[in-house]
Amino acid sequence: MRQISTSLVKEAVERMCIGANVYLPEDMQEGIRAMRRKEDGAIAQTILDQIILNYEEAGREGVPICQDTGMACIFLEIGQEVHFTGDYLYDAIQEGVRCAYTKGYLRKSVEADPVRRGNTGDNTPAMIHTDIVPGDKVKITVAPKGFGSENMSALAMLKPSAGLAGVKDFILQTVEAAGPNPCPPIVVGVGIGGNFDQVALLAKKALLRPVDSRNEDPFYADLEDEMLEKINDLGIGPQGFGGRTTAVGVNIETLPTHIAGMPCAVNISCHVTRHETEVI
Amino acid sequence: MERHIDLPLTEEIAETLRMGDTVYLSGVVYTARDAAHERMTEQLAQGIPIPFDTKDATIYYVGPSPARPGSVIGSAGPTTAGRMDKWAPQMIALGARGMIGKGARSKEVIDAMRRYHGVYFGAIGGAGALLSKCIVKSELIAYEDLGPEAIRKLTVREFPVTVLIDCEGRNLYEEGRRDYLKSRRQG
Repeated sequence: MRQISTSLVKEAVERMCIGANVYLPEDMQEGIRAMRRKEDGAIAQTILDQIILNYEEAGREGVPICQDTGMACIFLEIGQEVHFTGDYLYDAIQEGVRCAYTKGYLRKSVEADPVRRGNTGDNTPAMIHTDIVPGDKVKITVAPKGFGSENMSALAMLKPSAGLAGVKDFILQTVEAAGPNPCPPIVVGVGIGGNFDQVALLAKKALLRPVDSRNEDPFYADLEDEMLEKINDLGIGPQGFGGRTTAVGVNIETLPTHIAGMPCAVNISCHVTRHETEVI
Repeated sequence: MERHIDLPLTEEIAETLRMGDTVYLSGVVYTARDAAHERMTEQLAQGIPIPFDTKDATIYYVGPSPARPGSVIGSAGPTTAGRMDKWAPQMIALGARGMIGKGARSKEVIDAMRRYHGVYFGAIGGAGALLSKCIVKSELIAYEDLGPEAIRKLTVREFPVTVLIDCEGRNLYEEGRRDYLKSRRQG
């Protein structure tokens, strides 16, 4: 049994909330630069240049890349040999988020009640997902998620008869319906399988994978490539002004599912797709 | 076409702006998002006036991140304008002529823009760090309790936008994409 103080978790969460909002991950930076090199639309080239200047400016000045510093999504992989000491783990995480968003001059974008509204003033609560894994380490990923793109995400309880074609259609329809709203170029996280609740989480987890990574299963890796090409044939382009660069990447994750269903979730993320990971 | 325009946005100037123009705005804009629009509408119904002069005003759909010490404002890029479609026709009828945001607009908003000669400008979504450099003054003027959704009077200098929908209803989202796909087929 390994003892880990939750104060270490709090500090890591605080550090990563600020870091993720200021520094765009290298895989996204390179993804955008690579798309800029291939872009053949004149307006699109100008927009991509501005997007590159923006993340460079943010990193240099230590200011948020985007004013929507998101809801803090926290993913934990806790080794089953770990014993936490100190404050309750989830309280420590919320405290890390609270400190980061206050000290880091990040926007407080969380409402206490979905219908009656009212800003909580410190960007808590964060959305926390926990997996128990073998070992004695704790892996923490912080992914601030803006809602311009979250609002354009969708879930379909497809039926088995819809087949692969149904999955492809649903992905394309979701990107088409999103149009300019989610701040393209986007990253498309796709979950297929599981059930109603797990498929949405799967789509979000797909967004945590590096944008240049491929599914380990060649069947789904090919589907990722095909969907990226089809999405970039839509012509929506950066900011929706027309162009090749609509998506930087498509990441697909799957789970076994029920004989009667084929759930599919598409979680769209903007060109400021942010996440940081630390292992304690 | 590239234009440099001083705000407020008069009808005469608005009528000369065309879809796709690159425009650098200087002068005063007012920030308002969902919660501020909702409250302005509620208060109007109670006879309480809107907290700024709407005539020829430009409304920037933005909720900035907080200013660091020594800065005017934090990151300040546009939010999705479509969420304000419910209230925008009323704001346009009250004289507000310019809107800065990103994303698609409803038919009702475009109809109001044609009728009252309004302009919908797009700033680059997700480029809040760059855009904030064009904001030289920020003053909170109403609804402080709404936090990032409070109404701020911003003074901007050479703030870069693109005309997304002009007062004739021409729409860059439709024509830009169509033109790109056409050029690609021909290319």
